[in-house]
Amino acid sequence: MHKNWWKILSFLILVYTIVAGFLLPVPKLFILNETIRNLYFHVCMWFGMMILFTISFVYSVKYLSGFQYRNDIIASNFATVGSLFGILGYLTGFLWVSVTWVTDQGQSFGSVLKEPKLIGAAIALLIYGAYFVLRGSFMDIDKRARVSAVYNIFAFVMLFPSIWIIPRLVGSLHPGAPGGDSGNPALDKNQLDATMRMVFYPAVIGWTLLGVWIATLKIRISFINDKKLLNE
Amino acid sequence: MNKLLLLLAGIFFASVATAQDKVEMADVMRSNGKIYVVVAVCLTILIGLILYMFSIDKKISRLEKDK
Repeated sequence: MHKNWWKILSFLILVYTIVAGFLLPVPKLFILNETIRNLYFHVCMWFGMMILFTISFVYSVKYLSGFQYRNDIIASNFATVGSLFGILGYLTGFLWVSVTWVTDQGQSFGSVLKEPKLIGAAIALLIYGAYFVLRGSFMDIDKRARVSAVYNIFAFVMLFPSIWIIPRLVGSLHPGAPGGDSGNPALDKNQLDATMRMVFYPAVIGWTLLGVWIATLKIRISFINDKKLLNE
Repeated sequence: MNKLLLLLAGIFFASVATAQDKVEMADVMRSNGKIYVVVAVCLTILIGLILYMFSIDKKISRLEKDK
């Protein structure tokens, strides 16, 4: 029980996220309207993905510094759940785009496809997709662990230009980007409404803890399956 | 574990029930464009998923003890 407190914390935070996220007042803005509440769900997927990929990166580095097979298992499972969060972020983004930018803001579908954050996130997720292809193509476990740990470091580093730097350099439809004409509250902490911050930051923690929980379940199953390899 | 979950569920449903005592239930669920229905649906899904996660968690713990 004492080891599981964070799982219950995750559950309670998510209950709070849903209740407060749907019911607390939000700034009234054109185009966004009530969809601004997606901040507590869509944006949290990306934050969660980033945190899970960071954990995966740390364990890949740990693997390379001691070649302990368990670190490889941990790194690959965190990358899996991180990718799942990324895919969920992408899918929810599609829904959000289709009712705000495309229909209400009058953007053509073509200009939405040029959105740098969409392209950057797609590149980042494809790089992680290649990580799983790479892992699957090795028969030798040691070689697989080594090569994929090195590749995972590359994939993590590539996240920075593709989703953090480039969308900030060129104009983006996302709020807060230079050249963006939408003055909506973005993740600039000075722009984000105080009530929304009260829900958003716990929401990030809650969703991330849920991701960590799923990853630890997968890791524990791998440990049970590979216990012969781990005991050697 | 299970007792605690039951307790949490109890607190949740009790709080819903007390809120409904003051105002008529039909009014609560139909006010504000019926947003409370959405909240209830999302909470039900969340609670279901989390209970499922806890049951998987417990099964894995049992497997870990077996080895």
